[in-house]
Amino acid sequence: MSRDRYEMVVGLEVHVQLKTRTKAFCACSTDFGAPPNVNTCPTCLALPGALPVLNERAVELATRAALGLGCKVNPLSVFARKNYFYPDLPKGYQISQFDQPLATGGTVAIGRSDTGADVLIGITRLHMEEDAGKSIHDRYPGATAIDLNRAGVPLIEIVSEPDIRTSADAGAYLRTLKQILQYLDVSDVSMEEGSLRVDANISVRPRGQSKLGTKTEVKNMNSFSAVERALEVEYERQVALLDAGGKVEQQTLLWDGARETVRTSRTKEGSHDYRYFPEPDLLPLVLDEKWVGDARKHLPELPDARKARLTQEFGITTVEVEQLTATPAVAEYFEAVARASGDGKAAYNWVMGEVLAALNATGVEISHFRVRPADLAQLLSLVRDGTVSHTAAQRVFALMVETGKPPAQVAADEGLSQVGDEDAIATWVDEVLQEHPEEANRYLAGEKKLQGVLVGFVMKKSKGRADPKRVNQLLSGRGG
Amino acid sequence: MSGENFTKLGAAEIASSVRAGDVSPSEMVRASFERAREIGAGPDALNIYLHTDEQASTEEAAVLKERLGNASDTGILAGVPVAIKDNIASLGLPTTCGSKILAGYVSPFEATAISRLRANGALIVGKTNMDEFAMGSSTENSAFGPTRNPHDVRCVPGGSSGGSAAAVAAGITPLALGSETGGSVRQPAAFCGVVGVKPTYGRVSRYGLVAFASSLDQIGVLGRTVDDAALGLETIAGFDKMDSTSSDEPVPIYRLSALGVPAPDARNPSTEAIRVGRTPVPLPPPPGATTLEGVVIGKPKEYFPESLDASIRDLCERSLDRMRSMGATVRDISLPRSPLAIPVYYILAPAEASSNLARFDGVRYGLRVDPGKGLKAMYAATRSQGFGPEVTRRVLLGTYVLSAGYYDAYYKKAQAVRTLITDDFRSVFASGVNAIFTPTTPTTAFPVGAISDPYEMYLNDIFTVTANLAGVPAMSIPIGRVRRLPVGGQIITAHFDEYTMFRVAYALEAALGPEAHQ
Repeated sequence: MSRDRYEMVVGLEVHVQLKTRTKAFCACSTDFGAPPNVNTCPTCLALPGALPVLNERAVELATRAALGLGCKVNPLSVFARKNYFYPDLPKGYQISQFDQPLATGGTVAIGRSDTGADVLIGITRLHMEEDAGKSIHDRYPGATAIDLNRAGVPLIEIVSEPDIRTSADAGAYLRTLKQILQYLDVSDVSMEEGSLRVDANISVRPRGQSKLGTKTEVKNMNSFSAVERALEVEYERQVALLDAGGKVEQQTLLWDGARETVRTSRTKEGSHDYRYFPEPDLLPLVLDEKWVGDARKHLPELPDARKARLTQEFGITTVEVEQLTATPAVAEYFEAVARASGDGKAAYNWVMGEVLAALNATGVEISHFRVRPADLAQLLSLVRDGTVSHTAAQRVFALMVETGKPPAQVAADEGLSQVGDEDAIATWVDEVLQEHPEEANRYLAGEKKLQGVLVGFVMKKSKGRADPKRVNQLLSGRGG
Repeated sequence: MSGENFTKLGAAEIASSVRAGDVSPSEMVRASFERAREIGAGPDALNIYLHTDEQASTEEAAVLKERLGNASDTGILAGVPVAIKDNIASLGLPTTCGSKILAGYVSPFEATAISRLRANGALIVGKTNMDEFAMGSSTENSAFGPTRNPHDVRCVPGGSSGGSAAAVAAGITPLALGSETGGSVRQPAAFCGVVGVKPTYGRVSRYGLVAFASSLDQIGVLGRTVDDAALGLETIAGFDKMDSTSSDEPVPIYRLSALGVPAPDARNPSTEAIRVGRTPVPLPPPPGATTLEGVVIGKPKEYFPESLDASIRDLCERSLDRMRSMGATVRDISLPRSPLAIPVYYILAPAEASSNLARFDGVRYGLRVDPGKGLKAMYAATRSQGFGPEVTRRVLLGTYVLSAGYYDAYYKKAQAVRTLITDDFRSVFASGVNAIFTPTTPTTAFPVGAISDPYEMYLNDIFTVTANLAGVPAMSIPIGRVRRLPVGGQIITAHFDEYTMFRVAYALEAALGPEAHQ
């Protein structure tokens, strides 16, 4: 097996679009999906004489991301020009950071290894930069169209150490990173919308060798699983090359997801000399120690802390908490329901069950979900005190989703409050026995296992309102 | 108003007359255009302007007249015709930077400096010729032909702000905007016998100035007199949120320096009141009132080399004598790293230029030459045909010095020396020197076509580029003539101390009398 002989060494470069209202260096909107070239101005069109002015909000979000990833935020960082010609790069250079980035030296823990130790992936650096525009090659035959709406949108680039050893770890790193950034609320982190992009540097080396092999850069993956597949394919390609006595050539490769192969990039990125130099139109970015300290103090709760707290506070299992905290929005929803209802288990069951099902069915984000946590908590209370049966509660919930009304009102309007009244239940039982003579006779003749079927008929007849405990007691009385 | 009278009026006088209603803004526009025609500012003679629109300027004057009716909305440059270097983005008139690559380009936005001029009642009468992208010292590098020196049409006006200097020298406007990266206002001011000011880096917003070398570029003013220049700079100076490198240092009222007193506190209520109303302060007092008592003038030996033209040296010595007689102390000083300025400048400026000029790629605006052989061929053809030889030379030079393997040896080293040059100035000013006096240029204006070697041309800026590298303010004022051609003397002061620079300039101008100008 090649795995035994060659080790995979991977470092990832992740570009993340910051959630700002305006671009990094001008006041243009960052709205996704506007008509082409609408969100542009002299600065992001690079008209002669226009100048960049740094967006303070972008610095705040980048700093928050850096702190959340355990990086050291540098008191002084410097913007630099990365020079290259391309039609969707209006200035002929990208404003980025080079030898003095915003932040350096963080860590992401991606789970446990076989030995039970934490697997830690180092963050080399985190720097700020601007996005380029979009070249659209398939819109007009024989021509390329340029949309500069995205030009100048603020990004952070998060560069990992070459600490990743398997494609699965690469996936785990990306999922963890995405989750942290979601909790920090700095980005939409959507690969589909391009607010998160991944380039992978990969090399292989014989096991036991400390010197790194020659790396290639793989781009153009559109999902985390595509990253994992691309790494596998490129690993095998490099190993095959070495086994055949060949050499790995340093180059940029494009992942072809349809064919499950990598191919050489037409633009020879590797041969570029970007001629970086400090951006003279912007002053060095000086961050006050107190300002950074305040940002650190106001960091949102990170996933690991959230998990520990929820487990402890609401008595749920580690498996359950993983599910609940996958995204901060669900975790917050759960926490609100659990806190208001005082019942963590029930809150877990409802959120992971009915709530997620309803969200999936309607395609609504949980933040816009009609049933607010307080309403769901109230429903849980109604179930607990017996006002609404478990069965009726499902119906109440469905109507809450539909109408947005509070549960007590829905239950009252629809007559779904649980009925414990002996006479009403007796009437339903009598009716059921009459309407289903065959089952009734067999049951009364001593076939006890039919009791469940008859209870079901009664519950259906009562539209779930009958208290099943009382129904069982009554039936047992008749049968006995 | 006849062109003859007009050529003698300063900006402050014009503004006062216009505000008093003695003359209308449109009469000022007409006088300026008449003077331009009379002296031959057109492309077949002096070739001062690249773009004018007399009708639009006249309409603007009519709008200003309405504004003047409303007493609360008046400006310190009411009705003053101003010429603008063609690398400063303006609404209406094109902005071509003297380059084929931008032929016909009209900016959809306006430079902050121009907006401030207009807000103060100035009337823009034309865009002036210049060396392409401000790269040159003679205005011969314009894609639209050289400008001629009004004092001797066989000679160059200097550059790169040659058109602006010539416009002022020819009496077409009392005030013009130029720009400096390495002496491009002061050198043509010296060659044309006018006053040229390069403010402290960061003093004037660069928003709208087409970038050549961003860390050096600064908009400057050219005036017929020190007073014109002071009024002009006062109007355009000050923080602008559109330029991150612009400074929020308070802007004193420079004209008060004519009273021969140290800088008043800019936040002093009486000066603040003058600023808020934007009404002109009274004209400078008669020359007799000027004094340089207590002022220490530094005379740096590196700027008076053995090889300096004797006539220029004599005129500088005469100026120093006049300053002494007004109470100034002249002290011999040294700025030891100044001889390194030219090589440092010709690494840093082209490096930044190679990046700043990358946007002229034929994709979004300006010239596009597309041989139909793909993207790279389009880039190559557009830029080869769009840029002239000097611009091409500097883009190549700049690309080279920024390249992998050369960056440390050139760019980084040059930045380190730049810091040393700045330190030289700082320590001189820290030692009690208030202003430095030097010749502006090593020679007077030279004939068109006389210098073909680029390096010889670069040496024209040997006394001026240091101020750009150090970021300190500097100006050139006429100090006499050699064989009918004007000679400029340079005054340099500490960062943001334009007030002292103007104070010395007002005094020296008064002491030398009108013959230094005419």
